[in-house]
Amino acid sequence: METILELRDVQKHFRRPDGVVRAVESVSLRIGAGEFVAVQGPSGSGKTTLLMAAGVLMQPDSGTVVVTGEEPYKLSADGRAAFRATRIGFVFQQFHLVHYLNVLDNVLTAALASQSADAKDRARELIGRFGLASRESHVPSELSTGERQRVALARALLNRPRLLLADEPTGNLDEENGRLVLDCLGGFAKEGGAVLLVTHDPKAAQVSHRALHMENGRLTGG
Amino acid sequence: MNIGRLIIREILFRKLSFALGVLSVLAAVGCLVGSLTSLRQHDRRTEQIIAAKQAETREKMELLADDYRRITLKLGFNVLILPKDQKLSDLYAEDYASKYMPEEFATRLAKSRVATINHVLPSLQQKVKWPETGRTILLMGVRGEVYLQSARQKPLLQPVQAGTIVLGAELHQSLKLKTGDKTRLMGREFTVAKLNDERGTKDDITVWINLAEAQAMLGKEGLINGILALDCTCADARLPLIRAEIEKILPDTQVIEFASQAIARAEARRRASAEAEAAIEREKQGRARLRSERESFAAVLVPLVVIGCAVWIGFLALANVRERRGEIGVLRALGVRARQILWLFLGRAVAMGVAGACLGYAAGQAAIAGMEFDAPLLLAVLAGAPLLAAMASWVPALLAAQQDPADILRQE
Repeated sequence: METILELRDVQKHFRRPDGVVRAVESVSLRIGAGEFVAVQGPSGSGKTTLLMAAGVLMQPDSGTVVVTGEEPYKLSADGRAAFRATRIGFVFQQFHLVHYLNVLDNVLTAALASQSADAKDRARELIGRFGLASRESHVPSELSTGERQRVALARALLNRPRLLLADEPTGNLDEENGRLVLDCLGGFAKEGGAVLLVTHDPKAAQVSHRALHMENGRLTGG
Repeated sequence: MNIGRLIIREILFRKLSFALGVLSVLAAVGCLVGSLTSLRQHDRRTEQIIAAKQAETREKMELLADDYRRITLKLGFNVLILPKDQKLSDLYAEDYASKYMPEEFATRLAKSRVATINHVLPSLQQKVKWPETGRTILLMGVRGEVYLQSARQKPLLQPVQAGTIVLGAELHQSLKLKTGDKTRLMGREFTVAKLNDERGTKDDITVWINLAEAQAMLGKEGLINGILALDCTCADARLPLIRAEIEKILPDTQVIEFASQAIARAEARRRASAEAEAAIEREKQGRARLRSERESFAAVLVPLVVIGCAVWIGFLALANVRERRGEIGVLRALGVRARQILWLFLGRAVAMGVAGACLGYAAGQAAIAGMEFDAPLLLAVLAGAPLLAAMASWVPALLAAQQDPADILRQE
């Protein structure tokens, strides 16, 4: 099985006035193509920091991050940005949609970095797939929370990433919309992608192939 | 999707913030355009005023020149021809020449057709005792004009007929003589032909009689002691020319400038001309001073307004960056480069600058000149205002580009 994400002895500490916070402590993890991995743990356990490190957004203090066989932290800042644009998709609890753009344009923001020729067609295809075709020209404030998260999912998938990182994607959703999002993540894995989901939601963990637990920056289980 | 489209969508979404920025650029550009246009208009107005004043002065000078010509003709005995051996100190001390020359000199001068002389008036003058009244008087024998061209030439001075007398004001007033009265002078009887008005000069104690009678009474038959020659324009630089011409024809004479009213008028005319020139110069200096004051005011006002506007645009950009922190974070997470984030904010500033430049140019022109089109100035503000807005937004845009997306996403 092809390895999409590999973390080797990754460590990330934050220095604060009241001492050092050991957000991620010697974490190693491997996620293969078609695999859906969930990481559970209490708030402040280091889940989001782990996700950022895996998503090439936060360089770890030590250890190695390998995505699709490459070490992105060895790239320049622009190189890492291009790497993120083409290989990694993000889904956040707060959706982080751009307020002033409609559904189509929000999905297309992912094309700002990649500039793929079929971006618009792909965006429309994803919008249709997530049942948002009638909402294409609506701005986020005119959408329900479930619809907003589906827009965020479409945006994450626009550039056909190999790795999807989801941070509490069902945290703000009702049961039905939460199920829809989890099904989508599962579907992405089935198509050969890799999913790393960090969540408090036990149901989310249940639908994953592998559930891990994180506490005090250390990963256990699985 | 591209950065330009994103900028336009954001501007349309945050209209107020953008409008405040545009207003700020409008104020700066309007102030600059207004000041420059005002200075240019001042220059044009100055040119018009000076040109009008110069034209007015030219017109006045032409009128004065014409006046002067006429005044000279009527009043001016400009040149006095005296015997060569006459001492001027004696002439000025005694009020008359003590040396004599043939009366024929006047005729010779008239016949020579001296181009610069229009009128020749021979005279015999002497200070004498008027024995019948006990008064000291100046006795002036005149024969009228020696015609240069023909008898039809209009004389400047009417001759005194034989047997008649013309009296100065002081004399006829003190002796209570009237026109037509008979009076005796040095044993001869004369009829009062004319009473002169008061002139405030030695003319007031002068008695004019016919030249031949004066020559007989003074024992100077065929002699005169002065020829008054009038030239219309001799008061200026032509006097040396007249002097040279006369001395060539009458070598035994000397020519002096006669302090006539015409000379005084000519002097007045020169002074008026100089005063008019000085008035134009004063006007020029006044306008230059006013321009300098306006320039100084603009030199303080424009930079102040521009700096104020730049600071305001900087604050607006900073507020925009803070407001869009989440957007920056997610765009960076999606792979948008730092440079693209920088352009996202600089592009917005440039759009603000272009809009503000167009409106500011129109406002500045309309306020001062009423929409006078000045293409170079428009191009200058169209280049300068976006640059200024971009510079003012540079630091906030740089801050936005340098923000750590991980920090933003964790905090949001």
